[in-house]
Amino acid sequence: METKRNKYFGWGAANALIVVVALFPVLWLVSLSLKDPTTIADGRLLPSKWTFENYEGIFDQSIFTDALRNSLGIAAIATLIAVSLAAMAAYAIARLEFPGKRVVLIASLSIAMFPPISVVGPLYDLWRNIGLYDTWPGLIIPYMTFALPLAIFTMSSFFREIPWELEQAAQVDGATPYQAFTKVIVPLAAPGFFTTAILVFIFAWNDFVFATSLTSTQAAQTVPAAISSFPGASQFTAPTGSIAAAAVVVTVPIIILVLFFQRRIVAGLTAGAVKG
Amino acid sequence: MSVQASAGVPVAGRGTDGETEPARKQPGKKVMTERGRAERKLGLMLVAPAAIVMLAVTAYPILYAVYLSLQRSDLRFPDDTEFVGLSNYVSILGSSRWWTDLWHTVALTGITVVIELVLGMLLALVMHRALFGRGLVRTTALIPYGIVTVVAAFAWRLAFSGAEGGFVPVALGLDDDPLNSTTGIWITAILAEVWKTTPFMALLLLAGLALVSDELHEAAKVDGATGWQRFWKITIPLMKPAILVALLFRTLDAFRIFDTVFILSNSGVNRSVETVSVLSYNTLLTRLNLGLGSALSVLVFICVGIIAAVFIRLLGKDTIASGTGGK
Repeated sequence: METKRNKYFGWGAANALIVVVALFPVLWLVSLSLKDPTTIADGRLLPSKWTFENYEGIFDQSIFTDALRNSLGIAAIATLIAVSLAAMAAYAIARLEFPGKRVVLIASLSIAMFPPISVVGPLYDLWRNIGLYDTWPGLIIPYMTFALPLAIFTMSSFFREIPWELEQAAQVDGATPYQAFTKVIVPLAAPGFFTTAILVFIFAWNDFVFATSLTSTQAAQTVPAAISSFPGASQFTAPTGSIAAAAVVVTVPIIILVLFFQRRIVAGLTAGAVKG
Repeated sequence: MSVQASAGVPVAGRGTDGETEPARKQPGKKVMTERGRAERKLGLMLVAPAAIVMLAVTAYPILYAVYLSLQRSDLRFPDDTEFVGLSNYVSILGSSRWWTDLWHTVALTGITVVIELVLGMLLALVMHRALFGRGLVRTTALIPYGIVTVVAAFAWRLAFSGAEGGFVPVALGLDDDPLNSTTGIWITAILAEVWKTTPFMALLLLAGLALVSDELHEAAKVDGATGWQRFWKITIPLMKPAILVALLFRTLDAFRIFDTVFILSNSGVNRSVETVSVLSYNTLLTRLNLGLGSALSVLVFICVGIIAAVFIRLLGKDTIASGTGGK
């Protein structure tokens, strides 16, 4: 009895510790964002005077609202394209025999390991020459590329779980491989699509290297790049309050995704490692 | 991915997947059937778009980077571009800045990955075995994983920065701003990285833990093995491939570290923690020296290649061993 209670207590303490450590930095940002500009540098953990001024401030500035629009649009489009391309490739990899399959897998694996900084210079030069610098496509292209390996691997591991007899049944009934794909497999694979989409979206939402290198104005600057170059409210004030408030705002979608789709995200991220 | 992170990508030992589909291979494959040919065609058509995009946006630029790295090319003096052979590499490899920054990168990678492996294993064990609250732990642990790296870096910078009203210097009663000292900025960078990426490590390890059967543990228990012995003699050996995969991805990701260092060093101004990625960025986009910057990019690429090759050699042996053992 005694040991059982100790066990419960031990796990409870471990759980509590993890929750506190995981949430503390986020709560600190929330607290900072609610501080009033005059007390923001007072070094206290909690605001002495609560205010929403910082939030009103950033939503009044087009540097932030434009960045939010860019972040949402670019991440959504990159996700859509990456998931579509990856779905086709993952289906082929999981289900079909064709030459060059290994090459595709090795290429994806290499790109998963590729250092993005190594293509920043050439892309910067290319994009300026062909007019993609500081545009949405200028970011969408690298995002979908670097998300593809993750998307292909996650989705092909989902595709392997699907009861493929149904596909064969459809083909016996006279469906072409293409029809079997769209009519039978796509609906079954929807959870895999969705999980992959969440992971790709988080990836694109998160990026900073490309965002800060390949954009220069509010036309395409995303939130991470905008936060890093926030001006203060005036020349003499530090932008701490704006940074904290903007940081909290971009964290909200992540928290929503995590709260609603924890199981899917964990399944998606672990799907790969299981099949060693 | 940064797939930082984040780009972190959970791709585990998938190198052999191409061969793990024996069921699909037809016995008499000398004769290519109509369906077989259609399948090949469909397969190639389906992978083509993804493959072309991946090649076009990575292979082409890296080749272009190699070309640029052999030029004297400074965007501020565009007319003064000429082929200079390896002289960019010579000047980089002869500069102390490169070696200092490489050392920073290696040290930061080594320290954070070791800490993350230990903490990640503990976190994975809690996620796997806790008697209650597993969902809660998994959900909260995903917040650092999902949070924007720049935001995480700011959370830690604003907590430690004396000048920006951080609570840490006040709480610890420090007179000097921790972010003005080399030790302080390193500790902050390590904490920020470890906090952000331990959950990812833990999730990769969790996948490995799930493969360790309870029956083995029960059998060892009956034989009188303690929990500690079972962990080292059963769990760890069985998880070895998962551990190597997690280490591979985290090491490569840590080596590419950019966001955290960039934010903590005040947009690359404080160079006491500068890493090779930040150095490349500054050379390319602040100094606009495309030639030198591209040479740096190529060198970073080569370093990553070497790390990957070492891990894949380790992993390859292991995967082959476990693969044949399983069949």
